[in-house]
Formats: sequence, C-alpha cells, structure tokens
Amino acid sequence: MNAFAKEDLRVVGTRPVRPDGVDKVTGRANFGADMTMPGMLWGRIKRSPHAHARIIGINTEKAAALPGVKAVVTRADFPDVAPERAYIGEAPANLRDLSRNCIAQGKVLYEGHAVAAVAAVSPAVAAQAVDLIEVDYEVLPHVMDVEAAMASDAPLLHDDVFTVGVDPKPAKPSNVAKVVRFKKGDIEAGFAEAEHIIERRYTTKPVHQAYIEPHACVVSVGSDNQCTIWSSSQGHFMVRGYTSRIVGAEIADIRAIPAEIGGGFGGKTIVYLEPVAYMLSKKSGRPVKIVMSREEVFRGSGPTSGAVVEVKLGAKKDGRIVAGQVVLKYQAGAFPGSPVNQGAMCAFASYDLPNVDVVGYDVLSNRPKVAAYRAPGSPIAAFGVESCMDELARELRIDPLELRAKNAAKDGTKAAHGPTWANIGYINTVEAAKRTEHYQTPLGPNQGRGVASGFWFNAGGESSAAVHVNEDGTVTVTEGHPDIGGSRASMAMMVAEVLGVPYDRVRPVVGDTTAIGFSAVTGGSRVTFAGGMAVTRATEQVVEELKRRAAVTWDISPEAVEWRDGQAFPAGANAGSFEPLSLAALAAKSARTGGPISAEVQLNAQGAGPGFATHICDVEIDRETGYVKILRYTAVQDVGRAIHPAYVEGQMQGGVAQGVGWALNEEYIYDQDGRLENPGFLDYRVPVAPDMPMIETVLVEVPNPRHPFGARGCGEVPIVPPMATVANAICDAIGIRMRDLPMSPPKVLAALDETMPPTRAAAE
Amino acid sequence: MSKHHVSTTINGEPTEFLCEAQQTLLDVLRDELLLTGSKEGCSSGDCGACSVIVDGNVVCSCLMLGVEAEGHTIQTIEGIAQGDKLHPVQQKFLEHAALQCGFCTPGLIVAAKALLDENLNPTEEEARYWLAGNLCRCTGYDKVIRAVLDAAAEMRGAAQ
Repeated sequence: MNAFAKEDLRVVGTRPVRPDGVDKVTGRANFGADMTMPGMLWGRIKRSPHAHARIIGINTEKAAALPGVKAVVTRADFPDVAPERAYIGEAPANLRDLSRNCIAQGKVLYEGHAVAAVAAVSPAVAAQAVDLIEVDYEVLPHVMDVEAAMASDAPLLHDDVFTVGVDPKPAKPSNVAKVVRFKKGDIEAGFAEAEHIIERRYTTKPVHQAYIEPHACVVSVGSDNQCTIWSSSQGHFMVRGYTSRIVGAEIADIRAIPAEIGGGFGGKTIVYLEPVAYMLSKKSGRPVKIVMSREEVFRGSGPTSGAVVEVKLGAKKDGRIVAGQVVLKYQAGAFPGSPVNQGAMCAFASYDLPNVDVVGYDVLSNRPKVAAYRAPGSPIAAFGVESCMDELARELRIDPLELRAKNAAKDGTKAAHGPTWANIGYINTVEAAKRTEHYQTPLGPNQGRGVASGFWFNAGGESSAAVHVNEDGTVTVTEGHPDIGGSRASMAMMVAEVLGVPYDRVRPVVGDTTAIGFSAVTGGSRVTFAGGMAVTRATEQVVEELKRRAAVTWDISPEAVEWRDGQAFPAGANAGSFEPLSLAALAAKSARTGGPISAEVQLNAQGAGPGFATHICDVEIDRETGYVKILRYTAVQDVGRAIHPAYVEGQMQGGVAQGVGWALNEEYIYDQDGRLENPGFLDYRVPVAPDMPMIETVLVEVPNPRHPFGARGCGEVPIVPPMATVANAICDAIGIRMRDLPMSPPKVLAALDETMPPTRAAAE
Repeated sequence: MSKHHVSTTINGEPTEFLCEAQQTLLDVLRDELLLTGSKEGCSSGDCGACSVIVDGNVVCSCLMLGVEAEGHTIQTIEGIAQGDKLHPVQQKFLEHAALQCGFCTPGLIVAAKALLDENLNPTEEEARYWLAGNLCRCTGYDKVIRAVLDAAAEMRGAAQ
C-alpha cells in the first residue's frame, strides 16, 4: 500500500520544467571540464600502445625537463593497494584492480592502459611531455576473443587469477575468473519432457556507453593533504571513496564536489582520472585538471562485455516451456568483473519455467576493463533468450506475445535466481503491448515486426536527503545523487507533494560530500526510488515539525494539528478555533517556536520493485544495401508510478536508441595486434537523429508498495529488449535470423546474398 | 610559441583575443574567453556539442582554428537568449523535457536555432537530417525533434 493514492496527487505525475533547465539550455551549467582554478595545470596520461606487454622501464627525464612541466608520475608514486572487494560503485570492485587500471603495475593489459602522467602549464605542453616519456616494453602474446581466452593454452593476463566457483579450486591460473550457476528444478527431466527443443548460439560485441561528455576532473591537494575534487561522475561519494583508497588518503581529507554530468549510463560509476590528478596535484602543489579525449574514452574507459550466449529451450507443443538452459561467456576485459552474474540472473527472470540451468563465465582478455552499462549484463542475455523465444514461437506457430504471456512470470513465481515475485507487472506489459494499435497495424513489403521483453532488478541502497524550510517559506532540498536526467525535478516534486506547496517553492540541490550524508551512486535505477524515499521521509519529518510549531503557537497539542494544502489547521472543533498557519508564516516565526525547521534522513532503501518491459519494433530492409530502417518503435514498461512522466518516457526512449545502436551498428573493431581501429564517433557509429523514428511509450503503472508514491526504477530496463526486438523484426521481414551483433548493413547484405530468398530471386 | 592577435564579434560584442596557432576556436572559446557553454565531446567534428554559428552557418568550433575567426561574426550558446528572454528553441527544450544530461543540449540548440533561421517550417525529416551532426546519447531524439518542431510552429505563429 502506498502512502499516497494516485487520485490525491497534485504534483507527482505532472510535467513541470526541471529546476536546472535554464542553466542547461543557456550554456551556464558547469560540467566536468568546465571548472577552472587559479594556477591550474593541465594533466595528461601516457597510454600503452600494446595490448599486452611487460613494462621493463619508464624514463621520465626528458619529459620532466621540458619547460612548463610541473610534475610527472608513474606507478612508483602510487601506494600498493591490497586486493579487497569494495562496495563503493555500482558493482563490487577489487580495489587493487581498480588501482592498477588507473595506472598499470608491471604489465599493461590493453591498448590504452595508463602507464604515466604529466602536469604542465598548458594542454599543448602536456601533450608534448607525454610524447617525451619513454617506456620500454616487452611485448607479450595477447588474446581478445572470449572463447580463445578460455582455452587452456591461451596467453594469461594474470598469474594469480584462479577460477572462482569451481570445486576443487583449480591448481592452474586461468583467464576464466569466475563461473556462476543458477539452477531450478531438474533440467534433464525438463528436456526429456519437452516435445520441441531448440538450441541456438548468439554473439554480441562490446559496446561503449558513449556518453557525449568525456571523463574530466580538477583535483587540488594542499601540503596538509586537504583535497578538493571537482569531477563529473555518477557519484561523488564513490569518487571520494575510490580515490581515498587508491591514493592512500583519509576520507575526511577529501571533499568531492559533483559537476553536472554529461551522461554516464554506468560508465561513470568507477574512477579513472581522479587518483592520477590527485598525485599530480600533490607533487606539483597546484590544482590539476585532466580531461580525456574521445579517443582516450574509447581506448581507456570501460565498454560492456562482448559475449557468446548459447540458449536451449524445451517446450510442449502448446508453447509451455518446460526447460530453459543458457551458457553465457562474457568478456571482463583486463580485470575480473564482467556483469555475467547479473546476466545469468536476468536470463529467464521474465518467465515461469519449472526447470532452469544457467551457467556464466567471467572471462579476461586484453581489452579495457568493462564498466557498468545500463542494466549491466541483462541486454546480452536477453538478446540470446528473447531471440530464441522468437525462433521457438515461429517453429511452434504461436504469436510471440502469446508465447510470452503463456510463460510469463507472475506474482508468486519463484525465479531461478532466488526471489519469489510479488507485485510485478510483466504480464501487464505483454497484454498492453498486444493491445497497442502498433501491434495490429499491417506491414508492407520488406517490412517486419518483432517483439521482445526484458527484466532488470532495480536497486535500492543508501541515500541521504535534507529538507530545509527557509526563512521566507521556500524550501531547499539537498540530496547526494548527481542529477543525470532530471532527478532534481522528481525530488522537488515529491517534496512539494508531501508539503502541499507549489513545485516552484522547492529548490533541489545536489550537495557535495561535506554537505549531505553518504549517498550511493546514481545507478541501478535507484535514485527516484531510494533518493525519493529519503526525500519523502525527510519532508514528512518536516511536516511533523511544522505541526509542532503550529501547536506551540496555538498552545494546543500537536495531535490536534492537521497539515494540508501547505498549511496547519486545527484538527477539529475540539482543537480550538484558529486561523490556518501557512508554511511561510510558520517559517517567519520559527525562531520563536524552536529554531530552524529542517530534517535530514539517511536510509538504506529496501524493496526496489523489479522492472519489466516489452517492446515492439517495425523495420524495413533495403535489399540492395542491407540497411535496416527502424520504421516504428513502441516501448511498454511497468514503471510503478511515474513521478515526472516526461523524464520516464525520456529514459525509455533513450534506452531504446542505445539498444538500436547496439543492435545495428556499434562495435569495437581491433586489428590483429589488439589495437582499437575505431576510437571515434565517425567509425564507432551511435544512432543519429535520422536513424530513429519517434519512439512511442506506454507507461504501465503497477505501483511498488515499498515506495511512498509507488515508483520503480525505470532507467535501465529499456535497453534490455531492443537487440532481440530488432533481430526478430528483421527475421519477420526477410526470413533470415541474424544471431550475431551488430546487424550492420554489410552483415545483413551478406546474409541476404547467402540465402537468396525466392522473393529476391523473383525480383531479379 | 608566439600568440596571434584575433579580432572578432562574439555574441554581438567586438571581441579580441590572443591564441596559439594550434588552438581551435573551441579551445579559445572555452579556455581563453571562458565561454564554456560550447562543449567538447570528440574534437573531430563528429558529435556537434561544440556547434556555433559563424556568419550564419553552423560550424563545429573544434574544426576551426582560433586564428580563422579573424573578422568573422560568431554566435555561441551564450548568445542565443536575448537577456533573460529565452529563444523559443530553448523554451521548447524545457517544456518538452528534450534534455536529460544536458551536455549535447547547447550544440543542439545552436544547430536548431540555425535551422529555424533558415527554414521556419521544417518537416520532421528535415529537422532530423539537419541535426544529424549533433549526437545525443540520452533522449533517443524523440523529444528533441518535438521541441524543435514546436518551436518552429510557435515562431511561425509569432511571425504572422
């Protein structure tokens, strides 16, 4: 049961202009690279040209001697960090790995791996100095492909990684960092019972989050070790935490101030630059700014995994699936930690299957360490499972939405990865998709329609919020999460709703690490849920305080005061007869009734409602070029309750576009030496405006009972279904099943040429 | 490195600056003139976040040298609003929630404003192709295109 019923809401569910909007349409908003300090130096990082090499020596003499160079750092300037799993960012990370990802120790593990850095008086001098650093390498054999890396004779990235999750512990080190397994029922019995079995193999390429803003920071460290970090990230508490551990500083000595963030999508939930800038600042005694180039973003920051996904489904003739098996092999990049665990949990989460067996492999290779990317792991598994579901539907001649409805997870279904679902809206998205006008509309020649579904957990976790009633009755709400897509608006809306005041009386602020309590990252679709809970609770405490202040004023009991429409009223005839006291009136008199009125709440939010989505896509194939045109796209999603529907739609539309890019064009292309050949937006082609149609959205609202307004996270699940949705549409259009991403024009054309379907032969 | 003296007009103001030969117009705007509204997303002319209007044409300021600005008239995102009155494109971006992170937004608004300077009645397809050089990774372009078309409609209404 939600604290606030939908019919009573006045602010939540409307579409006000975001509080930071004017700054962002006029160029006034300060992003990571926009900060400048007096005396500031420009830092730049020296990166490895090799995919795998031992560092024999680094000579920094010439660089240090260049006029204008104020500091040069190498690994020798950084403390050793012990291996330790830390829960600071979006996913647990090994601090030693993260330290060695910021600056290599002993070996470089991918092209672009940082080996040294300089700080100089200008970007030009810094660039010149970086070229003067001489690194002597012993080049080692490298491995890029996930299955090649799993081979027993593959070049090893780390001699101290032994596969976790196999019993007994292996005697030899391996590139397979971890094996995970989720089982339910009896998979053998399931397949024995099946009347129709289908087994397929799918592959995906690593793709980058491709936020338009490159990583950037300014770090200033004093001789007393007091440090200020300005940076663009998905969590300044994350920046503070990781930086303190990597440089060996105390957390209280670091103040991390959040810049506006120009996109993250998970990729800014770890640090790359801040510890390096810290050391350069400490050494030079001056503030140091480092901004990555786009090329560095591609070579040196984390994409998500490329993968192999093997799917086997066993079904009854009526479409009831009795066995589901998946093998996932995910690239981790240079250090353990692919999202294969999440992928394995998400694989069959949408379905009620009696027998499930999912195995996942976390596989090292000489690529950048992967970073979180929007619903990490789930889209990859879903490309396999949801494509295979479509193949099954075609073979059984069942409508693909019907097949999903027949097997849909519902309240009470026990998922293979553990939870028993409650208050989920998966089937609602399937039914709503069926009802759309889109799904009923006829198609033309060379056109096809696909559907697919997706799941994401959504996260809760630690959040803080402070609500201050100002002297004039305006309200300031301070939260600890960087606003990556309109969360200031939703926070202000929740405060306004609870207080019963207009939205524009509430100003939201993202406080730095000294201004507000600890708050976990903006990630996991958690901010509106967990941050919203903190904000709502703090506002409720303020309301209680306001009632007490009215009670003091009237000299009655606080229980005899009622708060509505932003005013205190006597609760009934027995309470006495008093004119209502407005928020402004109570604020003006607060000194006489007990002092400033505010509340701060810290919590660890539990009960994030899972997110499900079902998408429909129409494509048209150009048989001459292999170009896949996205004609029409509808995203249906259970959002719990939309606080600001326009920004919820925006999350859905943005996720779809990223998924379409993943489906059709995006991929890392390496040469035989393991060097990235397309580290720019010309050759790594993200969707542009003409690639996309308008993206229709259907917001299904199955309220999450754990959130005061019923909100669920909504930002991540929209990227889960698109790749299979598009693949299924392509198959519907031309009868060809594309099982390898991206489904780029050359590949579609090659597939067309290979099959030469009758329609094409007839046309010629 | 000796610096070059350049005279321009930026956002209606005669502006002089000194720059090094290799500095781009974007470097000059951001680092010398502290007009940081123009963003650097790629420095290769592929993302459009640094879009400015030079003598009426949309230009990626990362592809133009600072010294090339000599004698030219430049409009940046900081000069699109008239005082405290937002340009209709800016207003419609706000009303349609056409920005999420806001990083590509200055470039999109500059490019869209240049479109509407030239064509007050663009089709959806024309708007999409005009903005093809402005990458947005957050929105999927839906609300961006709606905002631009709505701004065009409002400006047509105002022009009548």
